[in-house]
This record gives sequence, C-alpha cells and structure tokens, in this order.
Amino acid sequence: MSDQSVWGAELYDTLVDGGVSIFAYVPDGGHKVMIQKSLEDDRVHSIPLTTEEEGVALTAGADLGGKKSVLLMQSSGTGNCINMLSLQANGGFPFLAIITMRGTYGEQNPWQVPMGMAVRPCLEAIGVHVLEVEREDELKDVTNAAMNLAFRSDRAVAILLTQKFIGAKAF
Amino acid sequence: MTETIEITGSNQRMDRAQAVPAIVGNHRDFLIVTGLAGTAQDMYAIEPDADNCFLLGGAMGASVSMGLGLALARPDKHILVMCGDGELLMNVGALATVMASGVTNMSILCVDNERYGETGNQITHTSMGTDLALTAKGLGIKNVMTVTAPDEIEAGRKELRRADGPTFVYLKISDAKPPKMSSRNFNAADRRIAFRRAQLGHL
Ligand SMILES: Cc1ncc(C[n+]2csc(CCOP(=O)(O)OP(=O)(O)O)c2C)c(N)n1
Ligand SMILES: [Mg+2]
Repeated sequence: MSDQSVWGAELYDTLVDGGVSIFAYVPDGGHKVMIQKSLEDDRVHSIPLTTEEEGVALTAGADLGGKKSVLLMQSSGTGNCINMLSLQANGGFPFLAIITMRGTYGEQNPWQVPMGMAVRPCLEAIGVHVLEVEREDELKDVTNAAMNLAFRSDRAVAILLTQKFIGAKAF
Repeated sequence: MTETIEITGSNQRMDRAQAVPAIVGNHRDFLIVTGLAGTAQDMYAIEPDADNCFLLGGAMGASVSMGLGLALARPDKHILVMCGDGELLMNVGALATVMASGVTNMSILCVDNERYGETGNQITHTSMGTDLALTAKGLGIKNVMTVTAPDEIEAGRKELRRADGPTFVYLKISDAKPPKMSSRNFNAADRRIAFRRAQLGHL
C-alpha cells in the first residue's frame, strides 16, 4: 500500500501547479492529506460541503468566475452527484473530481459495494470521462491528463484512486 | 417609499411579478444565479438573457452552491442567488457551506410562494410550518431578513446589497403564476460562454 503523506502531497501540488485554487470536499480517509494541505494553504479556498452534489454546482459557478476547482470525494458520493452533472453535460462546464474508491478490490464493508460497483457506469452514463490510478508512478501523469481534458477541453472528468493504489480499509 | 405591489393568489400575499423586480432593484449591481422554475422566470422578465445572469433550467438545488463558486471566484463582485422555496429545500445544506466558506460578497433571495409552482402549485413544506429564514439563521447565515409586506421591500433591497454578507432575504409572495417567458435561451453552453465573455472578457 502507498504512503498517503507522499502521494497526497504530490497530487495536491500537481493540482495547485495546474491552477486549481478551490478545493471542495466531503471528507474521506484517502483525502486526508489533501484536505489538510488545502486548509493550511492561503493560496486556495478549502470548502467543506454537506453533500457532494453541492460541489458539482460550486465548481460550475467557479468556472463562471474564471477559476479552476476540484471536488474531492469518496465513491459513495457519486450517486449524490448524478442529476447535478446535467450542468456539465449541457453547459460544457469543466469538472474535475478525485474519487477515492471503496466497494471494489478487497472491500470488507458490504455497504460500500453497491455504489462502488456503480461508480463508473453512472459517471459514464451522465457524460463524465473516467480515468483510473492503480500505481503511484502514474498519479501525476493521470492528473495532468485529467486537468487538460477538464480545463482545456471543457469536459467533465473523474479520477478514480483505486483500492489497488490506496489500499482497502481494514475492519 | 412604499411600493405599489398587488396582493394576489389564494394565500393573499404580494404578487411576484412586482415584488421580485422591486426588491432586486438594479440587477447590474450583481452577478446573478437563479434556480430553475419561478426565479428564472422572474429574472427573465427583468431582462431576458442578461449577460450578468445565469439561469438554471434544471439541476434543481444547484443555485446556492453555484452562486458560492462564483462568489469565491469573483471577490470583486457581489453575487446574488435567486431561488425558489422548492429549490432551496432540495439542497438546504448549501447554506451551511456558504457560512463555512467565509464569503461576504453573497446574498440569497429566496422567493417563497409556499408552492412547487412549476409542477402545478403543489404545496411545499414552507406552507406547513418550515421557516427558511430560521433555517438560514440556524445554519449560520449572518444577515437574515423576512419580507412579507410592500412597505418592507425597500429595506430588503438594501439588505441584499450589504457588503458584510452572507445575507439571506426571505421574500414571502403569493402563489400566483410567475411572468411567462417568451423565448428564453435554454442552451446552457451558450449562456455559459455569454456570461464568461461579458464578465471575464474571454472564452
Ligand atoms: C431533481 C428534480 N426533482 C423534481 C423536479 C421537478 N420540478 C421542477 S420545478 C419544481 C418546483 C420548483 O419549485 P420552486 O423552486 O419553489 O419554484 P417555483 O416554481 O415555486 O417558483 C420541481 C419539483 C426537477 N426538475 N428536478
Ligand atoms: Mg416555490
């Protein structure tokens, strides 16, 4: 399993270097480092949400104001976002979500499995490009690829941080 | 100054066709996001397809969050969100997020007809005891004002312009229909680009 204090910092820096200045999130263990870094960084806004769908709308509003933003969430939040993603599908708003996966590889909590299995088909059905990270050495490239697709090509993109990469939570 | 605003509808309150434009005042004071349904129609009647406004036609519950994103991105502007009671009820936690974000350049005008107007005027929770002004206060919104009578409109118009937000103005109106839209542009991609070109000077 990878060391979050290393890859979390690398991912955070890649996003900030790419111009992201708003971090919106519903917490997950896999986002702990990035959330903490966003809270401590005066260059960015760190916005705790009550539900993931707020983040979908918030990022579209930020785009109207010319700023790049990212939504950090757990896979279980995907279902909370779907109708809101009509905004991106119709409006061509850029969208970047970083989703820590649960409910797949090695999952020990059955409550995570139904939504975990539905993440990719749900996102693709509403028009979101889905990219996966399985190894630490591909994290930066995938993140840059996703930012190009989102912010230069005005697409909705989700990066799934798989359980092969982040590890499965032990119970 | 007391506005002349008709009292209409089965609940005998101010008519939105006059009350909403009166409380908004000069809409160019703001960048505006409206919810779907009634508030989009209210704004369209003030100025069709204005380039400082983004009108939702779906994504019910998006308006407050979208306004927050805009407020964070444009600290040099005052952001006004206009939303229906139904729209706000769908995503009321967004008000807590507005509070938590610390933005001050944002006002929310909740246009409450106590109905889901768009879908046939079915009653909403606000006709049964839910008070969204108390909700806003409880979720931490700094300035909260309820406007129910014509002689309170002017104070509401000023409240929406407070620099020390966030501000929530709760406009209680009748259940009469909003103004009809003649030929609204429902193409969100086109509206996004028009908004960005006007407000950012580029695509
Ligand atoms: C997710 C979702 N659920 C239901 C609807 C159907 N719908 C469209 S408008 C509306 C009511 C809006 O009520 P409100 O925000 O109070 O606006 P009003 O027309 O009363 O001004 C509903 C329920 C929808 N468009 N989206
Ligand atoms: Mg209503």
